[in-house]
Amino acid sequence: MLPMFEVFGIPSQALFGQLLLGLINGSFYALLSLGLAVIFGMLNIINFTHGAQYMMGAFAAFLLLRYVGIGYWPALVIVPFIVGVTGIVIERLFLKRIQKLDHLYGLILTFGLALIIEGLFRNYYGSSGQPYGVPESLQGGRNLGFMFLPNYRAWVIAFSLAVCFATWFAIERTRLGSYLRAATENPALVRAFGVNVPRMVTLTYGFGVGLAGLAGVMAAPIYNVSPQMGSDIIIVVFAVVVIGGMGSIMGAIVTGFTLGIVEGLTKVFFPEASNTVIFVIMIVVLLVRPAGLFGRSA
Amino acid sequence: MRLTTTVAFAAVALFGTAAQAEDINVKLGVLNDMSSLYADISGPGSVIAAKLAVEDFNPAAHGMKVEIISADHQNKPDVGSNIARQWFDVDHVDAILDVPTSSVALAVSDVTREKNKVFLISGAASSDLTGPKCSPNSVHWTYDTWMLANGTGKALVKTGGDTWFFLTADYAFGHALEHDTAAVVTANGGKVLGAVDHPLNTQDFSSFLLQAQASKAKIIGLANAGGDTINSIKQGAEFGITAGGQQFAGLLVFVTDVQALGLKTAQGLVLTETWYWDMNDANRAWTKRWQAERQDGKFPSMVVAGVYSATLHYLKAVAALKSAADGKAVVNQMKAMPTDDPLFGKGYVRTDGRKIHPAYLFQVKKPEESKYAGDVYNLRATIPAEEAFRPMKDDNCPMVTN
Repeated sequence: MLPMFEVFGIPSQALFGQLLLGLINGSFYALLSLGLAVIFGMLNIINFTHGAQYMMGAFAAFLLLRYVGIGYWPALVIVPFIVGVTGIVIERLFLKRIQKLDHLYGLILTFGLALIIEGLFRNYYGSSGQPYGVPESLQGGRNLGFMFLPNYRAWVIAFSLAVCFATWFAIERTRLGSYLRAATENPALVRAFGVNVPRMVTLTYGFGVGLAGLAGVMAAPIYNVSPQMGSDIIIVVFAVVVIGGMGSIMGAIVTGFTLGIVEGLTKVFFPEASNTVIFVIMIVVLLVRPAGLFGRSA
Repeated sequence: MRLTTTVAFAAVALFGTAAQAEDINVKLGVLNDMSSLYADISGPGSVIAAKLAVEDFNPAAHGMKVEIISADHQNKPDVGSNIARQWFDVDHVDAILDVPTSSVALAVSDVTREKNKVFLISGAASSDLTGPKCSPNSVHWTYDTWMLANGTGKALVKTGGDTWFFLTADYAFGHALEHDTAAVVTANGGKVLGAVDHPLNTQDFSSFLLQAQASKAKIIGLANAGGDTINSIKQGAEFGITAGGQQFAGLLVFVTDVQALGLKTAQGLVLTETWYWDMNDANRAWTKRWQAERQDGKFPSMVVAGVYSATLHYLKAVAALKSAADGKAVVNQMKAMPTDDPLFGKGYVRTDGRKIHPAYLFQVKKPEESKYAGDVYNLRATIPAEEAFRPMKDDNCPMVTN
């Protein structure tokens, strides 16, 4: 049993519980902002479709279960692949053509696509959402003394930490990653070395989008699977990316988890402000460090 | 002979044109959430319901022409009141229908009163609409927060759920629902241990659920709606709230929410509604017609049924007055005539604008009890019309007290 003490009138047990919950929400922020950071860092595209792609991930998991009978675990592998492929199609059809234009064009294009995708899903499945349960093997939970931790949430933290670290490692510490980073800095030179840069760009976008799909599958058992689930979370995730520094992989991961905790604590001390606190932080960070906490100033 | 025939022809021709000229034109505007969390509860389904009502009323037989338009208020009071103003001033709309989200409904109610038109409320819940904010231009049809609180709150306190903790959506509706339910709980000998306000459209409820869990209250009252209710219950099951002996009270749960949750998660939930599609043959027949228009397998909520019923009664009142011009007069006519329609049966509209009909306490079925799609409720109790809604003496409605 942990020692009991109080912080601002909140018992320590409740506080530890909220910290842990914040970390869980932070895992989703981290996973989503990671995808955004990869796409922005490598392609210089502000991918506003990310929320819709996260929603597609959750819906794909639901559709696989309902119509094909494929459960959570296979979906965890299949869905990011499917969603990633749709991303590749989008890149080939649209994004490739506006690569040389200003950021703003990509932003408007992806925002429009997000609205279309969301509208299509709403048209076919309505707005109230679809049921999706926690997988059998992760049902139940354990009592940690200060809170009841559902097994599924524990899995979410562990798995997303692993995915985040693997992605960071792949981009910052491997040969493939160094090609990628080099291609961002100077595509012409990298091409001169015989690297197929356009294909690499396409695959990177597909990978970032696949991460969004993966986050969607992980969210399906705990959040309501509805067409607007993406737009609910994407604004927050963008704030996370801006605070962390656009394009910084480590920045996205660390800020994702940290802001999850900050938001969790706000839900205890001043619940009404819980959906604005991240934006307040964003404003402060932009005033003090315009490039973000981990960003390199241009 | 020849002369009489000519005269007769002329008379027919004259009457004919006269009748044409006097055709009463009525324009109805369905204003609700077409694209976000309340779109399945009302949304396009309410437009279909209004169309069915017009069809059943048969305007041509009454020398009337009825047109229906619709718009999305995005759950924003400013957007809602702007559309209402444009509808009344530019588009000559006579009555606005539905309007879920209480904060928007309160704004639209003010505009309707200012323009002396009619507001037929089905989607909004706040009992203030027939209380301190009552209006001679509104009829509040389907349900309200007092009725929900009285139905679900009383039933649970009477069966031992005497300590409560509220998860409240932080806007007009949530506060009204919490306030009304807390009053019912304490009046019946229960105790409210605490409450937490969460922002509208929240994804993650785990923090709030832990606070509710820590309160040790027997009942966790969900003073929210739509996606917020679904997320609360879904995540509550995950955090072992029900397994730990606490029970959820869905203070506003629609049939569409139950389907989004799935019976496995929602089973046992107690809730109050005024209309359920599977209650009788008339409801089932109407549901078939509604679904044929909708074509996506969804089931109609009480809100869309209320839009149908309200539209029908409104058109009858306009036909009786032979004019839709004076909103207050039409509403007075609606209050003077008893209501009667296939979905809500016989009832009446009170002086404060409250439509009176019975309410039903339902419990969500276990998955194995459900025999076909949409078969989700067991009827636990019927609350008679006279007891279902707040007595007028407790309204604080200026129209009643003065």
